[in-house]
Amino acid sequence: MIHLTVNGVQHALDIDPSTPLLYALRNDLQLHGAKFGCGLGQCGACTVIVDGEAVFSCLIPVASLGNKPVRTIESLGTPERPGPLQKAFIDHQAAQCGYCIAGMIMRAQALLERNPHPTERESLEHMEPNLCRCGTHTRILAAIREVAHLPKADASHDKPQLAASHGGAQ
Amino acid sequence: MTSKSRWLAAGGVAIAAALAAAFLLMWKPALAPISPPAQGTFDAGTRLAGARVVALGDCIVCHTAKGGKPFAGGLPLATPFGTIYATNITPDVQTGIGSWSLEAFTRALRYGVARDGHLLYPAFPYIHFTRMSDGDIAAAYAYLMTREPVEATAPANQLMFPLNFRPLLAFWNVLFLHPGAQQPDPSKDAEWNRGKLLVDGLGHCASCHSPLNAIGGEKSGHAFDGGIVDGWEAPALNALGAAPRPWTREQLVAYLRTGRASEHGAAAGPMLPVRRDLATVAEADVQAIATYLLSIQKLRPVAATDAASTREALASAEAQRGATLFAASCAQCHGPAAPMQSIGERPTLAFSTAVNAATPRNAIQMMLSGNGWHGEDSMNYMPAFGQIYNDQQIADLASYIRAAYSQRGPWKDVEATVTKVRKENNAR
Repeated sequence: MIHLTVNGVQHALDIDPSTPLLYALRNDLQLHGAKFGCGLGQCGACTVIVDGEAVFSCLIPVASLGNKPVRTIESLGTPERPGPLQKAFIDHQAAQCGYCIAGMIMRAQALLERNPHPTERESLEHMEPNLCRCGTHTRILAAIREVAHLPKADASHDKPQLAASHGGAQ
Repeated sequence: MTSKSRWLAAGGVAIAAALAAAFLLMWKPALAPISPPAQGTFDAGTRLAGARVVALGDCIVCHTAKGGKPFAGGLPLATPFGTIYATNITPDVQTGIGSWSLEAFTRALRYGVARDGHLLYPAFPYIHFTRMSDGDIAAAYAYLMTREPVEATAPANQLMFPLNFRPLLAFWNVLFLHPGAQQPDPSKDAEWNRGKLLVDGLGHCASCHSPLNAIGGEKSGHAFDGGIVDGWEAPALNALGAAPRPWTREQLVAYLRTGRASEHGAAAGPMLPVRRDLATVAEADVQAIATYLLSIQKLRPVAATDAASTREALASAEAQRGATLFAASCAQCHGPAAPMQSIGERPTLAFSTAVNAATPRNAIQMMLSGNGWHGEDSMNYMPAFGQIYNDQQIADLASYIRAAYSQRGPWKDVEATVTKVRKENNAR
């Protein structure tokens, strides 16, 4: 029997110990926030927080977790009452197709919990492992900047970004 | 004069002479500063030749800080004696080498002396660069002096006493510096001589791939026996036949130019930036390096295969735990059915240099740190597992991989090695 603590709830699952955490979350616990992207630890769509660290859940076997608490995007808020980071992602319209967004938010959440006011460089470096195929990185970073109370990107970056958000609002 | 006073006088003279000799050895004159050479001083052909020399010398690897401007220095180099920061070699007058004449630049490469006369630390491999030709030195000078000047002062070195007193390096140089350009060996062909120049001189391969002695010099008689650099094992370059598939010229060329050899694995750790530089030079240079390396092989006893102990190791509790982790964390790429195994000639772990090495160090480093993205150079990416696995789990994986893929018997003290390597990495 595999014991998992997910979003504060304990579960006992009768599954193969080498099952990747992502499969247990999606198939056994019906938590569909984390996505299967590449299954190789290359894209970050499956990112969840384990014991405070952003990790690729597609690569971790459930047997390796022990008592470490797992948190998924479902723990941050609901559609009616989104958490601060979720709200910022919505305000900045950071999603295009949206497939990477749950992973992006969980990776950013791990950083902001450890360091509520990261520098621009720290947040860029921290977000590097997660990929967005649509290319909405500038909006994703703008959302993170807002929650981190970082100044907006400099003027040269700001212009296309503003134009883009106006385009989205029209 | 009594006999006693005669002895005293003679002793005094001897001490004075020794002091004078030591002073002459330790004191080097400053060379006059110059105004930075004007635009157009160097023709395009020389600058282009210089780009190749600078790439072959891997200058940018040490002289660029993480996220810093090229050649502007500031990268910390951890040595057993403290931390040395690479200097700024852009043509900035105040903080770089903008006021250095060709004569000063040549003296630095051949003798390890800065323009103002202070002695340079041998982390700068002048004991190898001294073998370069005058033409190559002039070309490198032309290339570097036409880079963008960057104002950047490297942090102060943090070295233990008395090594922070640079004049003492003069005595180190007496032992380890044998200055002068390489003289071609007429009994060998031009390619071999070119390869020797690149390996022993410009490429300074022995700096990492040789064991160091107690005072940081390369151990005499052990060149290319393998060393440790930045916590990674730099494998022996004179035992290339000991690999599960002996290295061939073609495999060496592919490895050095693309970072991957289909019978050995991918470049990682400190070798990664070196091979990225080698991707930019003429293929003939890399072929010459391969030719020379294959000529310096030492006969070694081939590692014995041990089927019984391998079976036993595979059945051990740690290997069994490792097998569970492997199934979820590694098999997607390294398992026999993984698409990654058939795309781009990625080798099975059974051929891996790290998996077949005498110690688990590089396998552990690879699992802890992975092989990161490098811009568009993401061919050999591997995620890092250092944050999600503890020492025991990394050790279990290493024990499993060794037992499942290598015929060379189990590694010893794997978990203690993980703890040690992780501690070293965190201290760096």
